[in-house]
Amino acid sequence: MSATAEGPARSAPRRKIDFHVLGPILALAALIVLGALINGNFLSYGNLSNVLSRSAFIGIIAVGMTFVITAGGLDLSVGSMAAFIAGLMILVMNAAMPATGTGLATVLIGMAAALAAGLAAGLLNGLLVTRAGIEPFIVTLGTMGVYRSLVTWMADGGTLSLDFDLRSFYGPVYYGTVAGISWPILVFAAVAVAGEIAMRRMPFGRHCAAIGASEKVARYSAVEVDRVRLATYAALGLLVGVATIMYVPRLGSASASTGLLWELEAIAAVIIGGTVLKGGSGRIWGTVVGVLILSLIGNILNLTDVVSPYLNGAIQGGIIILAVLMQRGSTARE
Amino acid sequence: MNKLAYLGLAAALAAGPVLAQDDDTQVIGVSIPAATHGWAGGLNFHAQQTVERLEETYPQLDFVLATASGPAQQVNDIEDMVATRNIDALVVLPFESEPLTGPVAAVAERGTWVTVVDRGLSQEGIEDLYVAGDNAGFGRVSGQFFAGRLPEGGKIVVLRGIPTTIDNERVENFQAAIEGTGIEIIGMEHGNWNRDDAFTVMQDFLSRHPQIDAVWASDDDMAVGVLAAIRQSGREDIGFVLGGAGMKEMVKRVADGDAMVPADVTYPPGMIATAIEMTAVGLVSDAPVSGRFTIGSVLVTPENAAQFYYPDSPF
Repeated sequence: MSATAEGPARSAPRRKIDFHVLGPILALAALIVLGALINGNFLSYGNLSNVLSRSAFIGIIAVGMTFVITAGGLDLSVGSMAAFIAGLMILVMNAAMPATGTGLATVLIGMAAALAAGLAAGLLNGLLVTRAGIEPFIVTLGTMGVYRSLVTWMADGGTLSLDFDLRSFYGPVYYGTVAGISWPILVFAAVAVAGEIAMRRMPFGRHCAAIGASEKVARYSAVEVDRVRLATYAALGLLVGVATIMYVPRLGSASASTGLLWELEAIAAVIIGGTVLKGGSGRIWGTVVGVLILSLIGNILNLTDVVSPYLNGAIQGGIIILAVLMQRGSTARE
Repeated sequence: MNKLAYLGLAAALAAGPVLAQDDDTQVIGVSIPAATHGWAGGLNFHAQQTVERLEETYPQLDFVLATASGPAQQVNDIEDMVATRNIDALVVLPFESEPLTGPVAAVAERGTWVTVVDRGLSQEGIEDLYVAGDNAGFGRVSGQFFAGRLPEGGKIVVLRGIPTTIDNERVENFQAAIEGTGIEIIGMEHGNWNRDDAFTVMQDFLSRHPQIDAVWASDDDMAVGVLAAIRQSGREDIGFVLGGAGMKEMVKRVADGDAMVPADVTYPPGMIATAIEMTAVGLVSDAPVSGRFTIGSVLVTPENAAQFYYPDSPF
């Protein structure tokens, strides 16, 4: 929803349903009904908990991506970055273990390393975009290759594995629950709420939208364009670190195939949720809905035999386009 | 990064061919996919080890090792080897069969010895030596293991790899081997030889099926994801998980007598070592090495696991 799309809606309030806002939610609701019809276990606590937990990695990253895209940027490096940070985190924790033992101290060192690495990687992307003035697509395409190679090199082409005892200690961060809700879901929810507040209630969100809509106007309006841009990339990097902290305890390993295509899933979730790819307007809760749509499609396809698994990609692609069509349809007719 | 080191090595060697290369020196080019996943990591490890060892054993042989991250790059690598190093033999594990067939055929037409490893070319008769992995055997041995472990039959789920002919061949032979045994495949999805995908697929299988007797993960990376999903669910009905390929962590679990991992089926990345060795032998001696050599896929059990355990390999 760019400024042009919102303009007429404000000047002449519409009575009809705003598909623009409701599109993603309708798509999500349709998927939930479909899933419930296909398999009785779909709505079970176990299945829903699984789906939400596994959505958390992409979800946490997608919240950060929403800010980057809203401010007119793009980050293709997040999947590789996650793999690199996961590898680094495992190496750091394995190295620290003899000194700090199998316990909280080692895990905290690992988490600090992940957050620091994420922040540094995000700052690097941001500085290359703002200071060096290179297009975000090219900058992050470059760093994407760099991080993917680095993790392959660190793992010597194989897999980096967290020490087994440490894995058992750290495992509850992914598998543990509070009042029946698993940790990844809680963290995802917290990140989403914080993101929504930053986007809607704080100057930062408005500045992002202003820059994405028109960099020149934002500059004339005394928005510190470069600093805000840099902050979006840094925040995204930090969130990739958070996602990695939730990811590593799941399987306790990282390899060259970790986080493959996460960047595209995150970007797709952001767009399905109603954020415009060219920037100017972002919707955090929409992104959350987008993430859920993407992981529910995969879940439903696994719960049924109706379609050949060869066609999974086609169905995912079709639903993504359909979801965006539903929300853009009304705009196009105006 | 290893690849850079080897490119550097290749450049250094290429810089001084006149000095280093007298008439008796023969050059073997080795072109393999880059270490982008576990199995390919093992492949790179074994290729490097073999090259190092053979360079000491045969001073009259030089090696050029190039790792490619895609078929197009592999074609370039091979063209470079021919143009700048004038290789006498080429050992190639094609990234994909189709795009590599033409370029490798062109190398063979120059009279260069060609050894093809694992993935065959799409045209027969180009290579002098074919060192093949046994995908049919991989599926068959796995199927026979299930038939032996589940004599009463049972319900199993299958995780498949990336949709390829390799995967099809494995699954078809697995299905043929369990035919008539009462073993029923109640679910089959692609886990793409990836731990995370396998974890997700297995979680969903567990939601969908109240009773699963065993899992054919068909790959050790996927087995890691499957085992984590089973552990999380706390389910007791799954008797065992069979992976495949021979990853060291899995072979170790077999050796330690882990009840959930009673066996493994090999598809050794070390086959590249066989191919390089045989090619070298063919160049330095009169021993005939042309033809087809199939590396069988064998069952790893607690009794023979020590034989398949390479603690130094990344895979």
